[in-house]
Amino acid sequence: MVAIGDPGLDSAACHAMFASGSNRKKRRTMLLTVDHVSKTYPGGRPVLRDASISLAQGESLSLTGESGSGKSTLLHLVAALDGFDAGEITFDGTSYATLDDSGRAALRRDRVALVFQQFNLIPSLTVAQNLAFHARLAGRHDPAWTTEITGRLGLSGVLGHYPEQLSGGQQQRVAIGRAMSVRPKLLLADEPTGNLDEVAASAVLDLMLELVRLSGTALLLVTHSQSIASRLDRQAHLSGGRVA
Amino acid sequence: MIRAATLAFWSHWRRHPVQLLTLVLGIALATGLWSAVQAINAEARASYARAAAQLGADKFDRLSRSDGKPMSVAEYLTLRRAGWQVAAVLQGTLRVDGASVTLTGIDLVAAPDLPAIAEASADSRIAPLDALTAPGLLFANADLARALGDRPDLPPVIETALVPPRRILTDIGTAEAVLNSTGQISYLLVLPDQPMGRPPLTEIAPDLTQEAARGTQDITRLTDSFHLNLTAFGLLSFVVGLFIVHGTVGLSFEQRRPLIRTLRALGLPMRLLMRLILTELLLLALLGGVIGLALGYLVAAALLPDVAATLRGLYGAPAEGSVSLRPIWLVSGLGMAVAGTLLASAQTLWRLSRLPILAAPGKHRWSARPRAMRNQLLIGLAIVATGIVTFAVADGLIAGFALMAGCLLGAALALPPALAGLLVLGKQMARGPLAEWIVADMRTQLPGLSLALMALLLALAANIGVGTMVASFRLTFDGWLDQRLTSTYYVTARDDAQGTELANWLAPRSDAVLPIRSAEITTGTYPLFVYGIVDHDSYRRHWPLIAADADVWDRVMTGQAALINEQMARRDGLWPGSTVSLAPGWEMVVAGVYSDYGNPTGQAIVALDRLLAHFPDVPNTRFGVHLPADRAEQQAEALRAAFDLPPGAVIMQQGLKAQSRAIFEKTFLVTGALNVLTLGVAGFAILTSLLTLWSQRLPQLAPVWALGLTRSGLAWLELLRAVTLAAMTALLAVPLGLVLAWLLLSVINVAAFGWQLPMYLFPFDWVKLFALALLTAAIAAALPMLRLRRLPPAQLLKVFANEN
Ligand SMILES: Nc1ncnc2c1ncn2[C@@H]1O[C@H](COP(=O)(O)OP(=O)(O)OP(=O)(O)O)[C@@H](O)[C@H]1O
Ligand SMILES: [Mg+2]
Repeated sequence: MVAIGDPGLDSAACHAMFASGSNRKKRRTMLLTVDHVSKTYPGGRPVLRDASISLAQGESLSLTGESGSGKSTLLHLVAALDGFDAGEITFDGTSYATLDDSGRAALRRDRVALVFQQFNLIPSLTVAQNLAFHARLAGRHDPAWTTEITGRLGLSGVLGHYPEQLSGGQQQRVAIGRAMSVRPKLLLADEPTGNLDEVAASAVLDLMLELVRLSGTALLLVTHSQSIASRLDRQAHLSGGRVA
Repeated sequence: MIRAATLAFWSHWRRHPVQLLTLVLGIALATGLWSAVQAINAEARASYARAAAQLGADKFDRLSRSDGKPMSVAEYLTLRRAGWQVAAVLQGTLRVDGASVTLTGIDLVAAPDLPAIAEASADSRIAPLDALTAPGLLFANADLARALGDRPDLPPVIETALVPPRRILTDIGTAEAVLNSTGQISYLLVLPDQPMGRPPLTEIAPDLTQEAARGTQDITRLTDSFHLNLTAFGLLSFVVGLFIVHGTVGLSFEQRRPLIRTLRALGLPMRLLMRLILTELLLLALLGGVIGLALGYLVAAALLPDVAATLRGLYGAPAEGSVSLRPIWLVSGLGMAVAGTLLASAQTLWRLSRLPILAAPGKHRWSARPRAMRNQLLIGLAIVATGIVTFAVADGLIAGFALMAGCLLGAALALPPALAGLLVLGKQMARGPLAEWIVADMRTQLPGLSLALMALLLALAANIGVGTMVASFRLTFDGWLDQRLTSTYYVTARDDAQGTELANWLAPRSDAVLPIRSAEITTGTYPLFVYGIVDHDSYRRHWPLIAADADVWDRVMTGQAALINEQMARRDGLWPGSTVSLAPGWEMVVAGVYSDYGNPTGQAIVALDRLLAHFPDVPNTRFGVHLPADRAEQQAEALRAAFDLPPGAVIMQQGLKAQSRAIFEKTFLVTGALNVLTLGVAGFAILTSLLTLWSQRLPQLAPVWALGLTRSGLAWLELLRAVTLAAMTALLAVPLGLVLAWLLLSVINVAAFGWQLPMYLFPFDWVKLFALALLTAAIAAALPMLRLRRLPPAQLLKVFANEN
């Protein structure tokens, strides 16, 4: 195991480990709270109705639900990718209601990281450039840490390749590496292994969970798979626009 | 089956209306600009001819009495009875508002279809014959017509732009009444189409001499070179338009490949499919062609205020004065549209015809494709090389055009690899993740935008090339006029006797009186005019020598050497130091060569006494008079009065220059407008490319957006990229444009007309054009940019969703 150099992360990791064992949720400072949020796409029926979730630092939460139940939508709202109609989301002390377009962009850049099911990578950049992109954009590039991640993800041999030259599993590993190299407080993943076969999927998932634990990042993971969900700290289920 | 296939095939356009619009507009713009140039060319020709030919009367040879006296009606009738097709002209001067104007009365019965009268009558909806019935009609331009309108003693005036300033045109009968000189004829016009076997002049009218049509040939030759260049411009615009068509047709079939594969798999034979496609292209070409013709018509009409007259000339002259389109013009315009469309689609069709039924859909590859780029670069260079080799092997006009085509086509093909090369440089210079991404992404955009950028390159190069050519031409011609027309005014006497009188009268009243005496010698294959001059500072200072020995003037003036004009020098390979044979037994050393634009014949200049030694009888009737400009007008009036000189006998240098310059102003206007239009077409190509690339852009942009850029930030970057690519293209266009200008000035002109124009550079114009190119790109990118700014996040998020 390589020691993690960042004292902030170290304390976050300790905090998470300490907190996850405890039941006294009220006393914990929540990293993320989604409070009675509603969302309707223009011209559609309501997708989310009074949905609420919360997540502590370093904690991992799975989100399951039927197809079309609004899992991705909720994730997008948390990622400050889209606006919502009612309720409130607070992340790391920032209330989303007050954010404008550039405030949301800054939040995405600096504090969360994302892994989608596909098309995560910037097609015109090499794997190496993709891996470092988010961290450099956020002004937090740590080459040693990125190299460490790259090694763990088994990407050292393809650094000069373009995304289209990689397999689906490799692409998702690059996406995870990019997300983790920014040392986010929260990683949002939307079915990151949904396009992969079972073997590749479990390998990618293992790597992701390992990196998340290593850096004490909180994780919100959308998945269809009950077995994946069960590997996380907590599970939430979305149905009828509400979280159960 | 066919019906179903057709419907399936055409449904593509219903789903991609922008693409359909682009295609039709591309064809329309190509056809439109081409036909606009045709119309403008015709208009320019007409106006040059007008200015040069002075109502067309100078187009004809003239008969006049050798002694310069007026002719009688009897002589006129003799000639006509003998079968000579001649028209009598009475010319005189009329005082209008204190200035003298020239009144020309022509026997309209003999020459009923004199262009100026016929056109003006049609314009004013009167029968040409009205001009014959008392009190007759006067034709004059707007200014003069206003001044004449106040004169109750004159017949009604018809205003027409077809008569040059300070001239009045009318029937000879009306002229007799106005000038109060019955039964007199100044000279006769020899009309075209003379019958065979008519008796020679010496038999029936020995007193008359025939004088060749003057002046028109010079100006015609001069302007021919313009028309050639304008036509080249029109062709370039056409090609720029075809680039749009090529791009859109390619894309539309690329997108329909799955459909085509399905149809083929269902058993649709290739032949039928091809027929279907050709029908589709043909219909679209016709649609675009019709719109293009309308567009060309509008463009021409907007460009030239007096184009209505031209269009009538071009499309035939209708009685009612409204414009009717001549079928041949329509057919040729549509023919261009169809041919162009098929040409632009050829590559796509060929590829399609070889498409295996089960070919996998083409996947866009985003990583660098060095091999394809290198191949394209090599092909481009090979085409340029072919042009150069053709030029080296052959010569003449064809070789010039081959070189031009090779350079333009090759450079266009080499543009994307060149830009890719520049982007590699940019990549190394880029600092920071965003800059790196911007450069890498530009490289990604390159294949999709390359056609539009090629169009931009050609448009810019054409602008610089033709702009430099026209401006060089104007500057040269201006300077040349100043050099050649150094005398304050020119006067022509009736005969030698009057010539001597004139010279005597002028000598004490002016700074210098320079005789202009020449002999025409036709020993070789073309006529040679040898001029004898007396020494004067104005020659030494101003004469437009393009090559000369050191003490050229001293040697010429002491009779040791001669000057020859550029045409002769190029044609016969005679340069300073060579020996020229001026007449049998008369050889001289060439000491200098001078430019002589517009002159189709050879010309030589020697000291006057040398000329007289060989040709003692050359007439002494023309003089250049030097005196301070402010006294010129006054003295010319006095001279006319003292010697009763006809109106054309005194020509003011100022007027001559002004008239010549006016011609160029118009050409400038037209070229400028065409510049803007071609650039507009290129801008349109960029816009449509960006719009068609739109769906491919989102997967590029969405990840960057998700990682923390705002949509409006991305939108600005999109604009920046388009403008940067345009800027790089514009930078490459400058050398290409200069090559084009050089080709036009030094190769094509020499091949076509025998003289070379010096090339002047106008860097400020390039800066302006550069800015204009950036502006064009910015405007073209503005629409996609706004679209991106307003794009709902939900649209961007769809990129990451399960189904794409
Ligand atoms: N960008 C969008 N614009 C309009 N409607 C949308 C958009 N994205 C999702 N929806 C609608 O919102 C609802 C929820 O979609 P969402 O993608 O959040 O579901 P999901 O739970 O992620 O489904 P899946 O498991 O299939 O990914 C669906 O009915 C969908 O049609
Ligand atoms: Mg989803």
